[in-house]
Amino acid sequence: MIGPVLADSGPVIPNFGRADTCLRENHTFCWSWVKAHWSDTLGPALVQHIVLTLIAIGIGFAISTACALYAHRRGWFERPFSVFSGVLYTIPSLALFQLLVPISGFSTLTVEIALVSYTLLILFRNTLTGLRSVPEETREAARGMGLSDSQILWKVELPLAVPAVIAGLRVAVVTVISLGTVAAFIVDKGLGSPIFHALQSNFTTELIAAGALAVALALAADGLLLLAQRLITPWSRYRRA
Amino acid sequence: MAESTADISTGTAGEIEFRHVTKHYPGRRQAAVNDLSLSIPAGEICVLVGPSGAGKTTAMKLVNRLIDLSEGEILIDGRDVTKMNQTELRRGIGYVIQQVGLFPHMTVADNVATVPRLLGWERSRVRARVRELLELVGLDPDEDGSRYPAQLSGGQRQRVGLARALAADPPVMLMDEPFGALDPITRERLQNEFLRLHDEIRKTVIFVTHDIDEAIKMGDKIAILREGGVLAQYASPEDILTRPADDFVAQFVGADRALKRLALSRVGDLELLDSAPDAADSPVLTPDTSLRDALSQILTEDGRPLPVQENGAVRGYVSVQLVTRALQPERVQA
Repeated sequence: MIGPVLADSGPVIPNFGRADTCLRENHTFCWSWVKAHWSDTLGPALVQHIVLTLIAIGIGFAISTACALYAHRRGWFERPFSVFSGVLYTIPSLALFQLLVPISGFSTLTVEIALVSYTLLILFRNTLTGLRSVPEETREAARGMGLSDSQILWKVELPLAVPAVIAGLRVAVVTVISLGTVAAFIVDKGLGSPIFHALQSNFTTELIAAGALAVALALAADGLLLLAQRLITPWSRYRRA
Repeated sequence: MAESTADISTGTAGEIEFRHVTKHYPGRRQAAVNDLSLSIPAGEICVLVGPSGAGKTTAMKLVNRLIDLSEGEILIDGRDVTKMNQTELRRGIGYVIQQVGLFPHMTVADNVATVPRLLGWERSRVRARVRELLELVGLDPDEDGSRYPAQLSGGQRQRVGLARALAADPPVMLMDEPFGALDPITRERLQNEFLRLHDEIRKTVIFVTHDIDEAIKMGDKIAILREGGVLAQYASPEDILTRPADDFVAQFVGADRALKRLALSRVGDLELLDSAPDAADSPVLTPDTSLRDALSQILTEDGRPLPVQENGAVRGYVSVQLVTRALQPERVQA
């Protein structure tokens, strides 16, 4: 069965399906491979990467917003949480993954813990700064008009903090998308895994394609957040210079 | 809180009474407000004036309990403010501050609608009220209503602040140097408009300023406070200028208090001279001209009497002697 097939196919070079010259000669970038492997490699990796990012940002946002609100009420909390999240932020990502493996194993959990820990500092700081950006006279007028503390929080402080919060989210999202590629050291998920695979096999097309997707994803996410900010806070355009 | 569905800008006014009110800040020996007693009749403007450190802003903030008093009581229409629900108390008091404190993320209309919405008014009623108020303070509801505070001038911002404070038709207004941050021309315009507005709405107003001229202009009554929050004199502008209670008041009012009194009276209040020599091609006064401005004009014209015109006809003439006589106490009309 094999014999005749080999004889028909001519040269004894590994044949990657319907491979063209570009692939056979391993050019720097082969568009045909990207098209052929979008649905089985790049597409799923992109979706996994988005999911990894969304989970990390969601959890990081929840934790840091809660902590920022607490620090806003109780000033003493700012310093310890800043130190804690600052220390996490300085740990090299590979080291952090390795440190976590004995605890949570080679799992998505490990990856998410690491990614979340990198969002805390920036999200906490920005949210707190945003909450504190409310001018004192605005706060006083609000109290004088009979707004309760929680009404001031929901109707004044939080809306005014939105630009700073979104600015923090933009930095955090870009950071997580970029760091998320390193997650492939732990689990075979996200855009890191085609990159990883390509590095091992010296296959530049896959490397470039996955890398470009990560960059495009980061840019798109950043752009979407900027757009969202413009839509949610039309007033911020008119802020006094 | 009583439902005030009655329409609206003419609304209600409350009497305010301070009874032996004292405020001590912890860790400070001198009181900020010391045994202050005064009562402000419903619908009047009471100006608290004095040098810095005299406790005027503190005294004002005791009323809406942004600061808690130490001793004594403050009554609004006989009700002790410390026994009222704090939120309800504040929603019934219009509050205007120098820096305005508009919400930067809300449009002008939303700023004005804040308290009515908190009170759960229906949408259509809120919208109608916002239109009415913006017109009342001289803004265009269609054009200005959808703008953000950062797009407004200082004077416009304070107009919005005023409209916002009046939104729920509070019987009482507290105004802390409301025109202090404006340029002199805008300040004078807003002062005049507020006085005209007050004739319409008749709120009880506590107005804080450090500027004695503003106090004399705005106040039905003036309370002069001295350092340590002691009340030096509480009287009408006329009385304070004519009969300062002591040296402190006399000095605070200033050496030009005769001129200040002249600013309170109008040419139209005088019995004018029937004729005057040499009055051709002089500048013309109107009955609305203040005596102070009239005197200044007369002095510019080498002291000769000047004609007063009303509706194109000369009503009579004003001379220096006439103005001087107006300063004699028995001739002053309050």
